[in-house]
Amino acid sequence: MPEDILLDPTAETAPAIQPRLARPESIAGKTIGLFDIAKMRGDEFLDRLDELLTARGHAVKRYRKKHFTHLAPIELKQRIKSECDLVIEGLAD
Amino acid sequence: MLAMTQVAVPHIETSDKPAFPARTFLAIVKQDCPTCVLAIPVLRQIEQLIAPLGGTLEVYVQDDVSFAAGFSHACDDTALATSYRYQVDTVPTLIRLKEGQEDARAVGWQRAQWQAVTGISGLGENLPDYRPGCGSKTMDPRMPVRLKVKYGNTGLASCRIVVPALSDAVETCYERGWTDGLPVVPPTEERVLEVLDGTARSPSEVIGLIPPNLTPCTVEKVAINAVMAGCRPEYMPVVLTAVEAALMPAFGLHGVLATTNACTPVVMVNGPIARAIGMNAKGNVFGQGNRANAAIGRTLQLVVRNVGGGRPGEIDRSVFGTPAKYSFCFAEDEEDPRWESYAVSLGYSPNASTVTIFPGDGITQTIDHISRQPEDLCRSYAGCIRAIYHTGHVIGVQAFLAIGREHAIVFYDAGWSKARVKEELLDLLKIPVREVAPGRSGLSGLTAEEKADPNNLIPKFKNGTFNIIRAGGSAGKYSAIISSIGGRGSIEPVTKEIR
Repeated sequence: MPEDILLDPTAETAPAIQPRLARPESIAGKTIGLFDIAKMRGDEFLDRLDELLTARGHAVKRYRKKHFTHLAPIELKQRIKSECDLVIEGLAD
Repeated sequence: MLAMTQVAVPHIETSDKPAFPARTFLAIVKQDCPTCVLAIPVLRQIEQLIAPLGGTLEVYVQDDVSFAAGFSHACDDTALATSYRYQVDTVPTLIRLKEGQEDARAVGWQRAQWQAVTGISGLGENLPDYRPGCGSKTMDPRMPVRLKVKYGNTGLASCRIVVPALSDAVETCYERGWTDGLPVVPPTEERVLEVLDGTARSPSEVIGLIPPNLTPCTVEKVAINAVMAGCRPEYMPVVLTAVEAALMPAFGLHGVLATTNACTPVVMVNGPIARAIGMNAKGNVFGQGNRANAAIGRTLQLVVRNVGGGRPGEIDRSVFGTPAKYSFCFAEDEEDPRWESYAVSLGYSPNASTVTIFPGDGITQTIDHISRQPEDLCRSYAGCIRAIYHTGHVIGVQAFLAIGREHAIVFYDAGWSKARVKEELLDLLKIPVREVAPGRSGLSGLTAEEKADPNNLIPKFKNGTFNIIRAGGSAGKYSAIISSIGGRGSIEPVTKEIR
């Protein structure tokens, strides 16, 4: 059997590589989201950040997904996007 | 005394004469067909009668055009283009055209049919009334798909990748990053069409979004990866159900892929289809050597790799990985009726075929050649099961215990049901708080009440699942534990019926 033409087994979509957003020159006046992926001890890290940011007068909002093995639902991601200027995510223990 | 019989002379029925100038007949024959050999003189009769009236007979020969020597229009159809175009499955086939379109056909040698198609009476009077034809070369093994690729529209949507001149297709698959490290079967269009014959589902049907890239996966993409993994067409119903089951939210395929743990999807098949496609549930059940086990499990892995984009070192962050990431697929041993299968215990009919997907790191054997009482055997199991990950690990751990035949007989003889074995084991697998591994998070996952007394007992599978199945060879007092992270609300076993 001729094997000179193969069918592509991939999704045929190059991974979207997006440039990182520019860092803000200042976080003054920004609302900062703290996103806990529910991995162990992520909350300890984010609690401390919350204290430090709040003490400096920043607006902080907290978010948490159900379990770290599951993807964050789109609704949650949209909520964070609509309510915050910046987000800090605790990725792993 | 010889009886006088009147031999009819071939002649055109008067009413048909005016039609002949516009008519063309095609005959498709092959030399290697006794019925075609019988029919050749008849075709000569037809040509002699219709040619003077402006009719045409084209004789297409599938094997050796010299078979039609002497005809005005002897055509070489060794490439089978005409045979395929008219979807001929038997030779001889006689086709009547009207204004370029097929108007009527006769198949094999049936005098009445040939006379009806040609409008000529008295054809082949020295022949029997009927002789069946032979198989057309278009129906030779593998030829239908080969011709479909060559002359038809396969309808397959995937990009065609040309193997560079002087290159090897297997190497091209490596270079493009399509393999798990072992060679794959090059996914030609012909092979993919053959595998798609194993399912009635449309190649364009999207069966789900494959993590981590959440890219839509069609039946066609599964079939391409199934070819690469070594699947036969009849595996496709299992393969497609396995992919769908792995995408059920409760299983959490993204988490299984992305974790630093070694776990990977394990595919377990229950029901008649496992036997029908020759899956192994017996000796070396988790090992090599059975095509269906190997190829079905490997297909799921290749789909995640190629369609979902899940590759080690990228989203797959496993510290150790496991050989099971090449393929981990088997059938449960359902032969002994004294215990019900895993699928039946979930409520499926014994006649249903199902795929269960659960996470597994590989296997750990338990060896007990001594115990003859079920309580003793359970104590042996409990010691091994307790050690999963850490003797004090109780959160986010789960297991399937595969009980081997000789161990199962100990339970059968004592009249123990599978449920009773499970109950006994869960009772033995209670760990005092003082022995629970604190990990880096202290005793997180335990309630204040549980932590209050160091002698409080915590179940090993506090938020996990524990299941018992049967598998393996008939000789040897072994069982095997397939452990994993996960549990209720996180990464759970899922089951889907094959339809």
